[in-house]
Amino acid sequence: MPKISKELATKLINKSYKGRKNILKMAKFGEVHIGGAYSSLDIITVLYNEIMKHDPKNPDWKDRDRFILSAGHKCLALYVTLADQGYFDEDVLWTYNSFDTRVPMHPDEKVLPGIEFPTGSLGHGLPVSGGIAITAKRDGDDYRVFCVLGDGECGEGSIWESAMAAGHHKLDNLVAILDRNKLQVNGRTENVMSTAPLEDKFLAFGWEVKTINGHDFNQIYETLTSIPFKKDKPSLIIIDTIKCKGLNFGEDNFKFHHWHCESDKVDEGIELVEKVRREELAKVGG
Amino acid sequence: MIPNEIKKILSDSNEKIATRKAYGEKLAELGEVNNDIVVLDCDLSKSTKTNIFAKKFPGRFFNFGVAESNMMSVAAGLATMGKIPFASTFGVFASKRAADQVSISVAYPKLGVKICATHTGISVGEDGATHQAIEDVAIMRSIPNIKVISPSDGTETSRVIEKIIDIEGPCYVRLCRGSSPLIFNQNYKFELGKGTRIMEGNKATIISAGFTTHIALNAAKKLMGGGIEVDFINMSSIKPIDEDLLIDSAKKTGLVITVEDHNIIGGLGSAVCEVLSNNSPTRVIRLGVKDKFGASGTADELIKAYGFDEESIISTVKENIV
Repeated sequence: MPKISKELATKLINKSYKGRKNILKMAKFGEVHIGGAYSSLDIITVLYNEIMKHDPKNPDWKDRDRFILSAGHKCLALYVTLADQGYFDEDVLWTYNSFDTRVPMHPDEKVLPGIEFPTGSLGHGLPVSGGIAITAKRDGDDYRVFCVLGDGECGEGSIWESAMAAGHHKLDNLVAILDRNKLQVNGRTENVMSTAPLEDKFLAFGWEVKTINGHDFNQIYETLTSIPFKKDKPSLIIIDTIKCKGLNFGEDNFKFHHWHCESDKVDEGIELVEKVRREELAKVGG
Repeated sequence: MIPNEIKKILSDSNEKIATRKAYGEKLAELGEVNNDIVVLDCDLSKSTKTNIFAKKFPGRFFNFGVAESNMMSVAAGLATMGKIPFASTFGVFASKRAADQVSISVAYPKLGVKICATHTGISVGEDGATHQAIEDVAIMRSIPNIKVISPSDGTETSRVIEKIIDIEGPCYVRLCRGSSPLIFNQNYKFELGKGTRIMEGNKATIISAGFTTHIALNAAKKLMGGGIEVDFINMSSIKPIDEDLLIDSAKKTGLVITVEDHNIIGGLGSAVCEVLSNNSPTRVIRLGVKDKFGASGTADELIKAYGFDEESIISTVKENIV
């Protein structure tokens, strides 16, 4: 597998860990769905920096690729990425969860540029993405739709209704990214309600599926630059991830799905995240 | 009495048509002039009559199989791209199975999805309780941003379908399986938020919408023949509702009888009570399904058994006028 350049790896690591630190700073203002934000942040960073056609100065650009966060509670990852991309001023992040904020606990397209659709009620984003993808097909447009799902979210029946429809309608302009961090609100997904085997299920519904390490920027970049995997088939990328990746006291712990942070933990957390950033940079020789 | 300007919009034909059929025909007609119209259905297009559109414009028709939740969110996705999606299925599925998608995918982002549900009320008939939507108006009315329209005949259905193309945001249009006589002729114009006072009198006010309107209108005409003059209002626009007309009529007559093929909890009768209790407290008697599930039978048999047939309306008025 070709390696991405040291410069690109350094840039992506720095951006995703800057995002993690910003999420911790937001945690000062209220409860945060930190676990899923951290597990999906690396691929969201690659999408916005290297893959998607988009323009922060023109969020309504007609030909942009669409990004739908079906697992809407992971929106902290999206907020910090959009702020970094220049969709809005970073100061907006520090209004998190306040009355009339533009960055509420679940995203609202009416108040924040860059948000395509209001998600939060699980199981809505994939069918909405299907509707957008089917429009592009019908109109002969070449934008793509990227949709991030959670593995716990795959308990919703509407996910499977839309998976079936995407396969049936041959939506090869639809890319679903399934963040398999293996934890949900009440514990391990395999204990609460096993959604496995996710690969086989999506294959059976007519998708082309690849599974990668969701924290390996080489694998992420390589996979996202090879879509669609097969003509006439929707693509699914299952990213194996660690919930709360980068904050070692929260990693792989379901209690960090939704975390009420004590204020003294923020500075400690930022130091820990910074330490992981330096380790990741060292691995790529940066 | 029937005012002269109203006589000009009333049909004198004996033709009967189901509102679902008028919908399907109008949709296929509008498809020719508006390329943005797309139609979604869930394996029921023969019954919802979207098959007429599908045959003419196969590239703009999508069948999503037996999966209503997905269909509603897909319709939302199409609407974000500037399409005008008409999403059709039976009322029970549009309002109950897909309620979350209608609320969060469609109504919350104020997307212009036109939900046109057929087979509503117990007038569905033989299919029985599982296929008779008696809660759909209550559900849809309580979701913010959604407009709720229950057209009373084929003519009004055509006008409503034309109108909702230009209405911003989501609409729920309540259509019926069974044929019913034309009430209006081609001069009739539909206006959102406006009712039509078809008859004028001062003994009572009868208000109806949807399938029951022709039944209630016949009752009002018989009452008039017997010397009991009533206000008769067609209130197909249930949300928004014509508050001024309601208050004006209730103040005049002091007695309101609502008639609907829907649970009396949450439907047209409730909407009328909400307006009057706040503005002009008046006695309101709600005729309709009295908080129980439907059953199997012919539409006529069921409506009689559930107590909102012509005779029940007439006797209710006679027993309660002051």
